[in-house]
Amino acid sequence: MFVAWRELKFAKGRFALMGTVIVLITLLVGLLSGLTAGLARQNISAITGLPAGKIAFQAPHGGQDLSYANSTVTEAQWRQWSEAPGVESAEPLGITTTSATAGDRSTGVSVFGVEPGSRLAPDSNRIFGSAVVLSTAAADGLGVQAGDSLTLAGRQLKVAAVEGDAHFSHTPVIWTSLDTWRKSAPPTGDGRGPRATVIALNTTVRADVAATDHRAGTKTVSTGDSLSAIGSYTSENRSLQLMRGFLFAISALVIGAFFTVWTIQRSSDVAVLKALGASTAGLLTDALGQALVLLVGGTLTGTGVAVALGALVSGSAVPFLLTPAIVLMPAVVIVLLGALGAALSIRRIVSVDPLTALGSAR
Amino acid sequence: MSLRLTGITLTYPDGDTRLTALDQVSLEVPKGSLTAVVGPSGSGKSSLLAVAATLIAPDTGTVTVDGQTTTALTRGELTELRGHKIGIVFQQPNLLPSLTAAEQLQVMAQIDGRKPRTAHTRAMELLDAVGLVDQAGRRPHQLSGGQRQRVNIARALMNDPAVLLVDEPTSALDHERGAAVLGLITRLTHQRATATVLVTHDRSHLTAVDQIAEVHDGRLRLPTANGRPARSARTGSTSPE
Repeated sequence: MFVAWRELKFAKGRFALMGTVIVLITLLVGLLSGLTAGLARQNISAITGLPAGKIAFQAPHGGQDLSYANSTVTEAQWRQWSEAPGVESAEPLGITTTSATAGDRSTGVSVFGVEPGSRLAPDSNRIFGSAVVLSTAAADGLGVQAGDSLTLAGRQLKVAAVEGDAHFSHTPVIWTSLDTWRKSAPPTGDGRGPRATVIALNTTVRADVAATDHRAGTKTVSTGDSLSAIGSYTSENRSLQLMRGFLFAISALVIGAFFTVWTIQRSSDVAVLKALGASTAGLLTDALGQALVLLVGGTLTGTGVAVALGALVSGSAVPFLLTPAIVLMPAVVIVLLGALGAALSIRRIVSVDPLTALGSAR
Repeated sequence: MSLRLTGITLTYPDGDTRLTALDQVSLEVPKGSLTAVVGPSGSGKSSLLAVAATLIAPDTGTVTVDGQTTTALTRGELTELRGHKIGIVFQQPNLLPSLTAAEQLQVMAQIDGRKPRTAHTRAMELLDAVGLVDQAGRRPHQLSGGQRQRVNIARALMNDPAVLLVDEPTSALDHERGAAVLGLITRLTHQRATATVLVTHDRSHLTAVDQIAEVHDGRLRLPTANGRPARSARTGSTSPE
């Protein structure tokens, strides 16, 4: 790194320009990552927060994908799951998106219907009859608190508690009893009415999930896999991840292009060093070290700015989520891809002929 | 013998044929002596220097540097040999723009794996020897042409090479500065006991060299006397012209 450090100090302008580009790309990726995570949380936190390992859906017909919007499970299906061997718990969960009103304020909500005392909902012992539990965002949106009233699907309900920050499909969650939920849920065609939307399961290794699915006419997946059944989450997440992927690719290309030009510019210096006895391996290590200093410095600065901006907006209406993994992962990827781009461009050091240092040779 | 070239033939592709740059050239340069290789442009002087510097492998013949024959060495081993045993003074100083005069020398110590503190002391000592110790902190663009060439010479001596190869060191300098640089090379050759080969097309400064070898069309003529008994370039023994 003897020459590399001195080049960094000597060619301040060029390296500062490139460092700024890395900072800006890291900042953009960091903010996009925080936004992606924040939007995802608004989509799925109610599902990922469920104390359930698996979710049983009504088996889709005609090759359709699983969907929380289209699934309805019956009483019979629920009974088959609850009586199946190896099933520790099978709790019906109804999900409907509708609007709630309190006074002159109205907001879209997701109604999660559970049985009284169910482990699925917070403060579930207080959910019975017309008593409901609101997530913080739902209570804020409606301007209500515990003891207040709200109207849901034409029924007057009472806020028993405000608890948690569950969201589903970008709407805050209201936890109600299954009876209350059924009154707001769309009717089904089997005449017996929906028991619930899905069944939240906890199973042991003894459970034969495939056999029970076959008997009950359901399709069971892990809670994590069930997230793809939330339509808005899948399409939104794909778009944002695609944007992140492009930004990663652009950063590798830009860094690779910079080091290609830089290596061409200093080819004569490399030839001199080779002629003087510097090994190619040493020169490559030097050049890669230089790239890593620039990359790590740029990504750390960019990440720091992204964290600061994220902290500023995280309390606002902007869905932004900051965790160490969300912040550090893009930085690590940019460093790795940037190092790859730099490595591909500085490999031309290998082909520099030290003979060219003797200008008059040949 | 610090440098010995034996039966060197070097050809380059030239369309469908091959151009002979060096034809059965043999040269021996003893320790502490200065051999000038003269000849017109395109005669093969720089090719001879490139072969001696192990930068290019001859078609036939052997190069021996400080007792080590280079024919069987790998590219990495040749690079290491250059770093430890061969000093090269380039025609253009070829100094690295980001380094100060002292650092130009210290980078050689890095190549040699020497400790930074020792390297700094050695660099200052060499800069003192070439009269540039007060310019140690200056970068190439802050030095004159003559000063840059002197840094170039000091850099070549940094790792105590057995062989010093000097390529047209005065081509970019005026007569006075050229004479000063050649005087410096002569003095350092004797002081540091290097086997020095000086390639030049300018005969005006060759009064102090130990032997003169002339290259014409790739062939090395017998050395000419230089006001004193000349040693044979082929044998290294004293011989009349």
